[in-house]
Amino acid sequence: MGRYVIRRTLTLLLTVLLTSIIIFALTQLLPGDVAKLVMGREASPSEIDNFNERFGLDKPMPVQYVRWLGGFLTGEWGRSYIQGNPPVRPLVTERMANSLRLAGFTLLLAVPTSILLGIGAALNEDSWLDNAISIVSLSVVGLPEFVTGIVLMNIFALGLGWFEATSLVSDTMSLLDWIRILALPAITASFVLIGYITRMTRASMIDELKKSYVRTATLKGLPRPTIILRHVLRNALLPTITVIAISIGWLMGGIVVIENVFNYPGMGSELVSAVEKKNIPVLQAITMIIVFIFALANLLADLLYALLNPRIRLE
Amino acid sequence: MATPVIEARNLSIDYRIDKQWLNAVCDIDLTINPLQIHGLVGESGSGKSTLGLGMMRYLDSNARISQGEILFNGDDIARTSLSQMRSIWGKEISLVPQNPLDSLNPSMRIGKQMAEVTMLHMGLSQKEALQTAIQALEHVKIADPEQIIRHYPHQLSGGMQQRVMIAMALSTRPKLLILDEPTTALDVTTQAVILDLVRELIKEEEAAALYVSHDLGTVAQLCDYVTVLYAGEVMESASVQDLFAKPLHPYTAGLLSSLPNANHGERNSRLSTIDGVAPSLAERSSVCVFAERCPVAIEKCHNEKPPLEQTVGNRLGRCWRWQEIDSGDIIPRNKPQGFITENNQKEKSGLVLAAHTISKQFGEYSLLDRLLGHEKNYVQAVQDVSLGVGHSMTVGIVGESGSGKTTLARAIVALISADSGTMELLGTPLPVELNKRDKNALSQLRMIFQNPNDALNPYQTVETTLGRTFKVLSKENPSATEISERIEEVLQAVGLAAAYATRYPNQLSGGEKQRVALARASIANPALIIADEPTSSLDVSVQATILNLLKDLRAQRGASYVVISHDLDVIHYLSDWIVVMYLGEIMEQGSSEKVYELPMHPYTEALLSAIPVPDPTARHGHIRLDGDIPSPRNKPTGCPFHTRCPRYIGDICKHEAPPIRTTDDGHQIRCHIPLDDLAITQKQSTPERTV
Repeated sequence: MGRYVIRRTLTLLLTVLLTSIIIFALTQLLPGDVAKLVMGREASPSEIDNFNERFGLDKPMPVQYVRWLGGFLTGEWGRSYIQGNPPVRPLVTERMANSLRLAGFTLLLAVPTSILLGIGAALNEDSWLDNAISIVSLSVVGLPEFVTGIVLMNIFALGLGWFEATSLVSDTMSLLDWIRILALPAITASFVLIGYITRMTRASMIDELKKSYVRTATLKGLPRPTIILRHVLRNALLPTITVIAISIGWLMGGIVVIENVFNYPGMGSELVSAVEKKNIPVLQAITMIIVFIFALANLLADLLYALLNPRIRLE
Repeated sequence: MATPVIEARNLSIDYRIDKQWLNAVCDIDLTINPLQIHGLVGESGSGKSTLGLGMMRYLDSNARISQGEILFNGDDIARTSLSQMRSIWGKEISLVPQNPLDSLNPSMRIGKQMAEVTMLHMGLSQKEALQTAIQALEHVKIADPEQIIRHYPHQLSGGMQQRVMIAMALSTRPKLLILDEPTTALDVTTQAVILDLVRELIKEEEAAALYVSHDLGTVAQLCDYVTVLYAGEVMESASVQDLFAKPLHPYTAGLLSSLPNANHGERNSRLSTIDGVAPSLAERSSVCVFAERCPVAIEKCHNEKPPLEQTVGNRLGRCWRWQEIDSGDIIPRNKPQGFITENNQKEKSGLVLAAHTISKQFGEYSLLDRLLGHEKNYVQAVQDVSLGVGHSMTVGIVGESGSGKTTLARAIVALISADSGTMELLGTPLPVELNKRDKNALSQLRMIFQNPNDALNPYQTVETTLGRTFKVLSKENPSATEISERIEEVLQAVGLAAAYATRYPNQLSGGEKQRVALARASIANPALIIADEPTSSLDVSVQATILNLLKDLRAQRGASYVVISHDLDVIHYLSDWIVVMYLGEIMEQGSSEKVYELPMHPYTEALLSAIPVPDPTARHGHIRLDGDIPSPRNKPTGCPFHTRCPRYIGDICKHEAPPIRTTDDGHQIRCHIPLDDLAITQKQSTPERTV
């Protein structure tokens, strides 16, 4: 197992390193001159040179990359290009915390629901319940999140007034306030996740129920609930864990749209404005964080998978 | 007579397929008496597993008992509630399944899985149950059971897993054990040990058993009473001695005479066969189900279903003509069509294939291993194997799993590249890499695979498959007419009508697919065909037709063959020369008669001894090997066989690779024991083998 952890961790670091090169290269390819965009059309050549020098944009590309990566690793994330040039790190970490709250709340809603739905569907394969669950989960996957988001907002926030339509976040909010703000965006994001995870759980549960060891357990005389809980569930949830990990990655990127619909101050909405303003330090920092969380989620999934699956653990 | 342990009366089980109920087993009467091991024999699709599990009221979700009763303890368990069955399952009736690895929960420790049963049925605490599990494992002769209960299933070998299943099944002292092909997934030497164990334990526990199998050999060795199933119906039921001595049903007779050793070692005569294929569930007739394939069917058989009636003594049979068969007036099997005349090119000098010191290793050595300074962890699959194949000669390679026989075959046809060693084909050097072989080498050397289902492209007709192979391998570009003529020719050679050309693989039976594979291999007139387990996925009756065909083709065309099999009987029937492999090395090679009839090497001797002979009166071999085949990953030093060798002579076996000892006729044995001593011990201990 130790060997496995080392190998997976090394792979993770390598992945993140490679993506950092790609991210850096891509942000260089964005059209338009950064300095001109930031300083405005009327900026004089000396002002532009000044800007380039201040942000190190006059150095050769590899040097810029190494400086950027070094800074990123040591916590020196640079300064934003916008008015006043505030440091990037506090801004991004605050936004990240908000996004993580939203993602966490979404997972809390989506994962138990979809696992229960998946198990329910699998145990009643081909019954009306299974069909109903399949149809509903398939149709919510198909709905774009900006549609669900706007519909939910119109009904529950603007119509019924149960939840907030816009998200004003402050440090002094109580848990209940948070829930009132997070509920609608989280439900919107859950819809897509519930669709995927339910279908995955259902499929792997059905697969697992057909295996011979379930027959062995039945022919031991064990009652059905014991067979499901003690024998089947653990094996059936293995593939689901991977799907959940991938979902975390999707959530980090995918809530961009949802955050915008609900005006939620997360990384996603910040990312959009950073792209619009060519605010490259912010753009790079957020992308790197998303990549890192994505990779970390996958690593955790792999380790959890190994922990639950002795065939991998004991290799 | 004692009250039966279990008794099925008029039992029928149906499956729901495509919205209609189809009959899988029909009108079964089956009685198992105390202390009896009852064999249930049939080919694939006969319904034997459905019936075997149905006897313990375990049905697939799309199955139902449509008729009849199953009496157990005086209750009709065909009708009882599921909750009542739960108090019988695992307590009074237990199952030992076919594939032990799949039947154990992969993510639960052995001890916990075993403890579950006794905790449930005997009210033991977890601690007591684990203690009971340890005792049960000792009972099935597992060394170090305290350790084993902490293992996960995949950490054990196949034989150990099956011991665990048996120990678990017996831990509640059930009255009845259902054994569903319990040794099919195991090697023959392990099978022999497991069957001995099963026989011993059933006697000891005073239980009864239903043994479901396709293998007549193991049935003869294990069972007291046998029921033969065909197309879901009982054909015949008799004591094991009576059944094997004188089958009264043409199907039983056909099965017995199609076994590869049925010709009493006469390797030049054809095996008798059962023509045709077994009907599918939807095609079962309302007359005699076997009439279509029966060599002695008369008009009545095609018009009326015979009843299952008492025949001679206590025997049951379902045939209109059993009296005539009993009196000897008719012989109920296809007479083999005489002898196979050999196309004698054997005098032709030189070798078709010569392989020198072929070796192949598997294993990876990653960057991380190098960084962490790990030692290389290679599997030596084949080590220094040399063999020669003469003209019109069949060389048989036999060995158990891990023996490297398939790796060797793949290295010869260059599906994998050998690490070292050289080969020559018809006197010219044959490169080890596929991309360095020229068209001539490719067309002279063809291969047939074990599973014809996977070896044919499901989206191509027989014609396309054969035509493309011919086109690719031909020296000149053949015209369309030449191609179709050649296709017709090979199809005829493998016994398929020309109409088969337009069929897709899913329209063919297993045997027919293997014929097409054979046609494809021989279409460009190769000098050598490598056949890897060509019949092991087929039923006995179909196997016989393919074995005959292989012999016929060799006689007609004079090609050479290398046949690979785990089945020594098949190898003996087909081959002139036998090579015995163990853990990647050749242990013994010699002429077929010599190796089969008087094996010199202790491993060959043990292998032969382990083969279950389909004759209950035969003294079965007495040599049993300890433990399972070591993993090639941890190959023993010195002689690879020393860890299990019954003739182990001391440290020399452990530390030194044995020398190759050669007799005058080229028979080679790799053993530290001198030839003369081997011959003496062999003669003393080998009982006359009734072949």
